Amino acid sequence: MNWQSMSDFWSMGGAGFFVWGSYGVTFALIALELVVVLRRRKQVVHRLQRLRQAMKASARRKEIQE
Amino acid sequence: MESGQRFSLFRYAAPNVFYPLAGRLAPWFAAAAVGFTLIGLYLGFFVAPTDAVQGEVYRVIFIHVPAAWMSMFIYLIMAFWSAIGVVFNTRLSAMMTQALAPTGAMFCFVALWTGALWGRPTWGAYWVWDARLTSQLLLLFLYFGFMALTRAIEDPRRADKAGAILALVGAVNVPIIYFSVKWWNTLHQGASVSLTKAPSMATTMLMAMLVMALASWAYTIAVVLWRVRSLILERERHTDWVGEVLDAKGAQA
Repeated sequence: MNWQSMSDFWSMGGAGFFVWGSYGVTFALIALELVVVLRRRKQVVHRLQRLRQAMKASARRKEIQE
Repeated sequence: MESGQRFSLFRYAAPNVFYPLAGRLAPWFAAAAVGFTLIGLYLGFFVAPTDAVQGEVYRVIFIHVPAAWMSMFIYLIMAFWSAIGVVFNTRLSAMMTQALAPTGAMFCFVALWTGALWGRPTWGAYWVWDARLTSQLLLLFLYFGFMALTRAIEDPRRADKAGAILALVGAVNVPIIYFSVKWWNTLHQGASVSLTKAPSMATTMLMAMLVMALASWAYTIAVVLWRVRSLILERERHTDWVGEVLDAKGAQA
């Protein structure tokens, strides 16, 4: 076992800032990327669905007019 | 037989076939990424011993090296898809290239960031204009340049062409990054792992690093598949099959 206690673990032999600064930013960026990708997907689906409904509606109006 | 085999390979290049396949595969790669990350972190922090020279700060390696590898691999894969797109004129290849770029840029930034945080306590500087660091920074600019270029051009076909050229030309930088530590006298250390000689690190450290590399591969595949699905829907929105996908999703909600 490398660590005697929790505080020993967090201090990383005095290099805590450098080690946790690396891991923290990396995992924050990964989380951010996932949020952006999943939100983009929702937006795309939503926008294309509205577009499709608008197109269907206009096609129906044309049919009625004719 | 030959033509039958070729047909089955190219079948998945059709966006309407690839779209559901990507949706089915992505969760498995995401699960693998989580699993490998947990194992890798456990090995990296609880099994791998303290480094005799560097102390605990070396544990940055378990992110730094996989991220740096990934940033180079992703650019090469982008160049590969660009070549396929230029030669075979397949629609999906350009979408794949564009789906890969942001993740490549993310890993490239992570490699630079963790390198800076590792450099400060070991070299005494967050940054030096050494060949390895400079060529890696150039890679980040290549990623940003690719993303800006493909987004700036309105016509998708022209954007794909321009992006493909940048991806192919920029790929020259990847071997420069990789061999920079051999070709020039760099502050950055040489390769810890190579195919030609035994790794210069303890087995448990190496294991932790390789498991984290697997995790970053699995993560990349999952997030790129998710991203390319949105791109496919947007690009193929005029087709009947996208209409059906949207209707099915609307019925679910």
